[in-house]
Amino acid sequence: MSAISSGIPSLTIQEVRKGLAARVFSALELTQSALEFAQAENPKTNAYLHFSPERALRAADRVDRKLAAGEDAGPLAGVPVAVKDVIVTKGVRTTCGSRLLERYIPPYDATAVTRLEQAGGIILGKTNCDEFAMGSSNENSAFGPVKNPAALDRVPGGSSGGSAAAVAQGTAVAALGSDTGGSVRQPASFCGVVGVTPTYGRVSRYGLVAFASSLDHIGPLARNVGDAALLLETIAGRDECDATSAFAPVPDYLAALNGNVKGVKIGLPREYFEGLASETGDLIAQGVELLRKLGCQVREISLPATKYAVACYYIIATAEASSNLARYDGVRYTTRAEAETLSDMYRATRGAGFGAECKRRIMLGTYVLSHGYYDAYYLKAQKVRALIAEDFRRAFAEVDAIVAPVSPFPAFKIGEKIDDPLAMYLSDIYTITGDLAGLPCMSVPCGKTAAGLPVGMQILTQHFDETGMFRLADAFEKAGGFAG
Amino acid sequence: MKITEEEVRYVADLANLKLTGEEIGRLSKDLDEILAHIDTLNELDTSNVQPMAQVLYDAGENSTLREDCERPCLDNDTALANAPLAGAGYFKVPKVIARVVER
Repeated sequence: MSAISSGIPSLTIQEVRKGLAARVFSALELTQSALEFAQAENPKTNAYLHFSPERALRAADRVDRKLAAGEDAGPLAGVPVAVKDVIVTKGVRTTCGSRLLERYIPPYDATAVTRLEQAGGIILGKTNCDEFAMGSSNENSAFGPVKNPAALDRVPGGSSGGSAAAVAQGTAVAALGSDTGGSVRQPASFCGVVGVTPTYGRVSRYGLVAFASSLDHIGPLARNVGDAALLLETIAGRDECDATSAFAPVPDYLAALNGNVKGVKIGLPREYFEGLASETGDLIAQGVELLRKLGCQVREISLPATKYAVACYYIIATAEASSNLARYDGVRYTTRAEAETLSDMYRATRGAGFGAECKRRIMLGTYVLSHGYYDAYYLKAQKVRALIAEDFRRAFAEVDAIVAPVSPFPAFKIGEKIDDPLAMYLSDIYTITGDLAGLPCMSVPCGKTAAGLPVGMQILTQHFDETGMFRLADAFEKAGGFAG
Repeated sequence: MKITEEEVRYVADLANLKLTGEEIGRLSKDLDEILAHIDTLNELDTSNVQPMAQVLYDAGENSTLREDCERPCLDNDTALANAPLAGAGYFKVPKVIARVVER
């Protein structure tokens, strides 16, 4: 067992596959060791909110039985995976990082969870996140912040901070996160792992607790591009439980990772490189240089509506959130504050249950949708969103991929930015545009600052061109030696 | 000022949120700053732009419709399992309709 344990923090999906095939360990042995390791290490970062050992051991047993019977146990057979606690798991507590759902036990599984387990994946537990996925630092969790494994006094990013930290810490081989405005890519960048936001609709949202439905995505986090691509492949594809899920067939992403990126046309949006912290800017510039060496053709492009993206996003996202979060009213979901009348009960439950950031966003969303303001705010934002999407359409007529920063700066200290919500919102500028346009985008590690803080580089491609995005990221990761 | 404390109270009422006096003060300040930033959108002329309501829709008009057939749903106990208060197969809430007693 100790031989397994010592290798756990750096295991990849490919290594799990090889280990099982060569009978170095069984799925059950690996799962037991991975659970023990994760539970022992978790207090350092608070990445997991709770573990699901019974479910994990049952899934591992299924994998072992299939292998013993000579059946195909699936592409993720035996792989220990962490799932963000905004994705529902039948019989396993799902809190969304909120006091309101502290005791909520979902009666069904998200489609991504079902598919992950059908592919042989083992869910070790549920990861910490900003409350209802609202935040960029994981400090908005009702169950305490997550610490960045690369620097324990710093945030892991958010809102999928627990998922990114678990992969970076080695307490999961891969993880599922969710991204509405950068919540997979930014923590991936801060923690030094790969994080992918697929095309809108590529992965079913069924069972992803809704924050902003026109922007929400489930996305994978992993220690290398190939693992993230494989994880996406297993969860992607049409699902009749989500009417917005796409019909487009899911390609074999791994087969496309052939290293051939010569002649790929890359655009660097001018607007994304102004105002970057110097070390982050330098590391991205070195990354771009590496892409040139690989034979990519790099040119400057312009996405002129970029400066309006934060304002546009915080209207649309909060408007949708104010509606989606209306259901937490003390009637169906576990927590109720007692009061004499029904309306006082609603108000007291929500007032006591939601944290400060959720209240801020519910208030902003309710305000912009309130009588007399709809045209000035929501309709205006939908029009600006069309301009942002049009910027990308024009750009992709000229280039195959866009390369950009993920965050203006690396991981900051816990507590450093919590008192300035507008500044926190503005720091999402490079990631929210991809969500607004519904494009596939990802963060791939591109080095570390002098202080040892990871920095990610963002790659965006056209709708449904995850293949081109992964091929470029994989070639980049291998050339730079950035795989974890 | 984009938003007053009185407006914050009004919006909190619409949103069914009970807020403390301190929260109202804080939210007035925060929302004021955010709304001032949001005003930058007015620099853009969008009079000829169609609003984007849907991100992507690659399917035909009826292709997301399935055959209308009976399928099992959650049973009553499962559906009520997370309720803070349930009884007789229903969610229970504080009394909504009061009995009028005539004198």
